Amino acid sequence: MRSLTSKISHNNIIVLATLLLLLVLYGSGAALYTGFFSLQVFLNLFIDNAYLIIVATGMAFVIIKGGIDLSVASVVALISMVSAALFRQGASAVIVILASLAIGTLFGFGQGYLIQRFRLHPWIVTLAGMFLARGISFMISTESIVIDNPTFVMLSQHKIYVWEDGFINVSVIIAAIVVVLAILAARYSAFGRAVYAIGGNEKSALLMGLPVAKTTILVYTLSGLFSAVGGIVFTLYMLSGYSLHLMGMEMDAIAACVIGGILLTGGFGYLIGPTLGVLCTGIIQTIIMFQGTLSSWWTKITIGFLLFLFMAFQRLIVMRKEKSTIPISKNQPKFENKVVNL
Amino acid sequence: MDQKIVLEASGISKSFPGVKALSNVSFALRKGEIHALMGENGAGKSTLIKVLTGVHERDEGEIRLSGRVISPKSPQEAQALGISTVYQEVNLCPNLTVAENIFIGRHPRKRGLIDWETMNRESERLLDRLELDVDVRQPLSHYSVAVQQMVAIARAVDISNGILILDEPTSSLDASEVSSLFKVMRKLKQEGLGIVFVTHFLDQVYEVTDRITVLRNGEYVGTYETEQLTKTELVSHMIGREWNETDAKAGAAKEIPTGGEIFLTAGSLGKRGSLHPIDLHIRKGEVLGLAGLLGSGRTELAKLIFGIDKADEGTLTISGEQLADMYPQKAIQKGLGFTPEDRKVAGIVGELTIRENIVLALQARKGLFSYIPLRKQKEITQHYIDLLRIKTPSGEQKIDNLSGGNQQKVILARWLATQPKLLILDEPTRGIDVGSKAEIRKLILDLAATGISILIISAELEEIVQCASRIIVLRDRIKIGEVSGESMRENVIMEMIAKGAEVYGDSDGIGA
Repeated sequence: MRSLTSKISHNNIIVLATLLLLLVLYGSGAALYTGFFSLQVFLNLFIDNAYLIIVATGMAFVIIKGGIDLSVASVVALISMVSAALFRQGASAVIVILASLAIGTLFGFGQGYLIQRFRLHPWIVTLAGMFLARGISFMISTESIVIDNPTFVMLSQHKIYVWEDGFINVSVIIAAIVVVLAILAARYSAFGRAVYAIGGNEKSALLMGLPVAKTTILVYTLSGLFSAVGGIVFTLYMLSGYSLHLMGMEMDAIAACVIGGILLTGGFGYLIGPTLGVLCTGIIQTIIMFQGTLSSWWTKITIGFLLFLFMAFQRLIVMRKEKSTIPISKNQPKFENKVVNL
Repeated sequence: MDQKIVLEASGISKSFPGVKALSNVSFALRKGEIHALMGENGAGKSTLIKVLTGVHERDEGEIRLSGRVISPKSPQEAQALGISTVYQEVNLCPNLTVAENIFIGRHPRKRGLIDWETMNRESERLLDRLELDVDVRQPLSHYSVAVQQMVAIARAVDISNGILILDEPTSSLDASEVSSLFKVMRKLKQEGLGIVFVTHFLDQVYEVTDRITVLRNGEYVGTYETEQLTKTELVSHMIGREWNETDAKAGAAKEIPTGGEIFLTAGSLGKRGSLHPIDLHIRKGEVLGLAGLLGSGRTELAKLIFGIDKADEGTLTISGEQLADMYPQKAIQKGLGFTPEDRKVAGIVGELTIRENIVLALQARKGLFSYIPLRKQKEITQHYIDLLRIKTPSGEQKIDNLSGGNQQKVILARWLATQPKLLILDEPTRGIDVGSKAEIRKLILDLAATGISILIISAELEEIVQCASRIIVLRDRIKIGEVSGESMRENVIMEMIAKGAEVYGDSDGIGA
């Protein structure tokens, strides 16, 4: 009994709830619309959202650490813009990819350094980063730039068949690798555990001798790197650079984390969560698409509603947990046994 | 000295700007002993611990670990040397599992990855040693503070190299939890660990320690074998004053205003882990004193009455009306005022002017939307500057620029402006000069004469005896007695604190 209840308690109950929601959404979609229950519709969820899965997974580390990164969407747009501009200058795909990774990593490192070194609030620093990255993309060009680099076009259109007609693409493979690595890092590396510890209680983490400063900077650097990878994947998806790409996507990433059971207060959550969160929103989008008459804003309305639901749900769990601590010895009297020594 | 000394500090001095926190303090810890570090608040206990654990760097003196001179510069360094500390508040991560809290930062690895299996097994073994049966795979927050404290000790013991420092580990534990902690401490002692135990609970010291080192005002008083030191001697070492029957300077004989109507009654008011249920009543125009060592529950009681902490048992009756619950806003509406112990942290708003500081509570009482005209505010301010003789060029000075005594007067003025019926003064004269002290004490008596009831808390017995007409004595979070009239003398109270019994005075109570 005890082992069963302990297996489905605390933070994984939220992930389980998300999983259940995912099944209900998918089931209702399949029941309502013909053609919804097809392999390719399912695989398209991954193809269309690969970039968001990657970015949200990076975000998850930041949130678990107890921070936030608002710059991710702008960094993705910046990467798409820089890639397009570099291709126009005749750069090769390898150089573009390396440059993208370097830009994202440096950008993230810069933000992390400011947050750690000057004890600044991550909201402010990454908000500034958000404006900065978006601004730079406008500086490169205000127009949309089409990418016709043969390698990128080839990568973008390459289909990897998984089952009969069903196919995925390179982006999905990249996203899968990123998610698996993130899960492993979170659970089995000293860095990952330090992230959880700091999110749980930063002061304690420091007193327990954990490298708090280094981990903080690394978390934002990692988020920058993940944004860059997401940026490359997104560029492959769009085959264009445009400074107005993905306005407000940072909020989608945060929403995916929350729906995926990552507590905004830090310290809790599984790295598979963001993927589940992204899939939930993806399925809602698909359902609305199949429905045909609803405006696409219904996606936002549904997600907004879901977010409220999940926040309340998480809070309830936390509140229940606070109540149910187990004392050192059960069934002890409250005060009576304290004797006054004379 | 048959036992080996594992940790020795000699001639330690440490100054902070303006304060000499430690001067020429020595301390030696033997292998396999539990050594209490005692002293009143501000005696330098925590500074000494912080010097030993590398939080502060010492100015003078040396620390030897098994004969070798060390100078740890951070808690990590001290930890690496084998000195580990468990603090009053649990410094662990509640979201991680029990096992991980023991091993984080030094996880066992297998092929570069964290080996959870080994970690869980090792944790179970360690906790077994402390006779603690918990599921190490559960998050730490699943367990009570006492268990968390034990986990912190398990971690500390595993890291330590023969030395364990416990800095007030029992303050949030109840009796049975304390006794399991002591069992563990004795076991570790038998295994040869040297344990430094900081506490302010006298009974606990006598229950578990072998030797006691007493500090007072940053100076070393002495080290004693626990068995050979009586509690009375210990208290007088801590307070720094001998007492005997001839030293019977009674407080100015004050008549007890028995006639006045009872303003506030607390019936078995208590909070688990903070204060045992206490009965008290305060009459109109009466000055009631709360005496006891630091940590005896004085401030806790004041906080319960004012509603800062929620009582989980007992009743509170004000002017005959029994209140279902209490919170500060309600307390203010009922005519209560509270000047907290640490005015820097919880009292003054340093950036605001004297005027703004004074009208704060009045504004809170009136509600945020009924603005007090500036002219009226200035009037009030000037009135109290004159009445309390606050030394300042004008009411528009920043309160930060005033001396401690004058700041305290401003806080008094803040509450007086609300025309309170009961003022709770927690350490109203701490850290201010002698002249101002006398002035504030006189003010307290004057205020009481105008019909305000006052609950005064002070570590200085002299002050309490002078001001109060009746004194409740607390010890280890229990009311151990009440004194008034003839028996209200410093030595009587000291003896009560030392012996923990109702030696004198009327009794309505607990224990004994």
